[in-house]
Amino acid sequence: MDELINKLKKEVITQLNLEDISEDDINPDSPLFGEGLGLDSIDALELIVLLEKNYGIKIEDPKDGKKIFHSIRTMAEYITEHQKKA
Amino acid sequence: MKAVYAISENIISALGFTASGNAEALLSGKTGIRIHHDEKLSSNKLAISLVDTQEMERKFELILKQNKKEQQPSFFTRLEKLLILSVSDAIQNLPVRPDNKKVILVLSTTKGNIDLLEDRFTAKFDHKRVYLWALASVVKDFFGFANTPLIISNACISGVMALIAASRLLRSGKYETAVVAGGDIATEFVISGFQSFQALSPEPCKPFDLSRKGLSLGEGCGTIVLSTNPGDGKTEHILVMGGSVSNDANHISGPSRTGEELSMAINKSLEDSGIEYTAVDFINAHGTATPFNDEMEAKAVSLSKMDKVPLNSFKGYWGHTLGASGLMESAAIIQSMKLNRVFSSAGLEVSGFPGMINVVSETIFKPVNTCLKTASGFGGCNAALVFQKT
Amino acid sequence: MEKLITAYTYIGEGKVFANKRLIFYQEKIATFAEFIKALYKQEQIAYPKFYKMDSLSKLGFMCAELLLRYENPGIFKPGSLAVVLANSSSSLDTDLLHQESIRNRSAYFPSPSVFVYTLANIVIGEICIRHGLKGENAFLVSEKFNPSTLKDYVSEILDNHRAEACICGWVEILGNNFKAVMALVENESTATWINGFKPMPFTEASLNEIIKVN
Repeated sequence: MDELINKLKKEVITQLNLEDISEDDINPDSPLFGEGLGLDSIDALELIVLLEKNYGIKIEDPKDGKKIFHSIRTMAEYITEHQKKA
Repeated sequence: MKAVYAISENIISALGFTASGNAEALLSGKTGIRIHHDEKLSSNKLAISLVDTQEMERKFELILKQNKKEQQPSFFTRLEKLLILSVSDAIQNLPVRPDNKKVILVLSTTKGNIDLLEDRFTAKFDHKRVYLWALASVVKDFFGFANTPLIISNACISGVMALIAASRLLRSGKYETAVVAGGDIATEFVISGFQSFQALSPEPCKPFDLSRKGLSLGEGCGTIVLSTNPGDGKTEHILVMGGSVSNDANHISGPSRTGEELSMAINKSLEDSGIEYTAVDFINAHGTATPFNDEMEAKAVSLSKMDKVPLNSFKGYWGHTLGASGLMESAAIIQSMKLNRVFSSAGLEVSGFPGMINVVSETIFKPVNTCLKTASGFGGCNAALVFQKT
Repeated sequence: MEKLITAYTYIGEGKVFANKRLIFYQEKIATFAEFIKALYKQEQIAYPKFYKMDSLSKLGFMCAELLLRYENPGIFKPGSLAVVLANSSSSLDTDLLHQESIRNRSAYFPSPSVFVYTLANIVIGEICIRHGLKGENAFLVSEKFNPSTLKDYVSEILDNHRAEACICGWVEILGNNFKAVMALVENESTATWINGFKPMPFTEASLNEIIKVN
């Protein structure tokens, strides 16, 4: 899990162009949206692309994104769960 | 304020090649949106409104002959053909020639010949035609317009902005006639983008409906000829009154949360026209049928105290045609005023905004003298424009 | 009504001018991305959203930033400052990126954060968000810089009191070729400018002068 969390941090920073933020700045349990990293609705859509491109996981209903993309940890948990199924 | 008249109009869509033909379809409640499965556009099925290609080619060959052009139809791109057909229909009874110094072509488009990027390696067309000014040049040269065209590319408000810009140019006295044309076509480029935004509805779009699920794309063209000269022998005239543009200054893709900025554009356009909001007979909204856009518009209209004014969206008839939409929809407003009918808002079953806006569920028969057109788009832009019949 | 250019900024050929002062220079530009990032860093702007913008927006954002933050003391109400910009290649620079992402159906990943910038007027949206501008705005396209069209459009806005002032400019980028110039145009009666700057009449000749390398 920790390995996946670190990998995800890197991927999120690149995919969302979070230039001045380093992996150490991201707490895996902090909310990604709102207060946290200040992500917005386009970032949420971009994270859906990231899951599909890097992990082959498709999210059909963007509303599910709210739970899945709550934090880096919830993302990692979702990936682990859905890759097992596949 | 110097009067600017809308003296003729054209609409090309899945529903036909003339403004009156389209108005007839709107009256009978037909929609041009169908479920298509075209691999060139998308690997998925789409609810989309497409212009009849065979009919377009047939009409275009006729136009080439009529204008004694030596070029082959294959010289022109799909969008160029549609624009030329649209302008050609709108200017057929024009009292002045396009080569008159007092005539200007105003072009509205978001993506122009963007489909040329898809096959830029086939070298069928000069790669330069992907530039919007090169597209405008093709249309300009076809008709022999004397002046360099004015090109507006301002997302989904391009069409309404082109009408506003043209009417301002006419009022300033620089020109006497403006041929305002807008067009955009269905491409994989645009479809894939809206898919990535999860913005497309799986079924034909349902503007302002409680269960709306997103937008339907479409393609088409619209042309409206504006002039400071009303023309002879007509008993009634359609005037293009005041217009206004504003920006949400909030988010590049998400609309304003309050609708204040669109409301500001609406109020300024009425003020600019010297018209009270109580005089407006109906509002033709942008109404894309995405959850957030429609909500923002409902808030804006309600803020401008026009919650009881009949309101419709034409997106349910021919989808969202981007840079063409403002012109096609304004041309349909003009038809509405000529026919004294307020077309029903296609796709509406149950209003999502009771008490906030009055969406037209059935065509209304009544004198239509004053109309408000609004549009909003990516980049946070809003536009409003008033039409009046005298 | 007489109108004045009360400030202007220029970015091009590796040089950045604020009014007539050279404030940044890179003799050899490797890429636009590196150039504009170096300028952003030098100006110590703290706006993380900058990194998410496409090249056209970054270019327009920086040009407007220098114009409004340092070169003019005017305080404009949100609805009273208009923005009218133009260029030649619209959003083609980013269009090519989006096209690349959909070239191959087996690796088909169009990106919403790229697609949203495939509209030329998004740069105006970014400037409006940054400075809270809610007034008139327009994006025009012409083959070459066309001072006459810009002047007509902006003059009409000011003459009819649709805004008190207007940012008027040219923002062009394709690959590593770029140029941006923005002028702040105000009615003479209410105009303000910083000490030492000599306002220019708002004419085609002035616009032609400020778009040349200073």
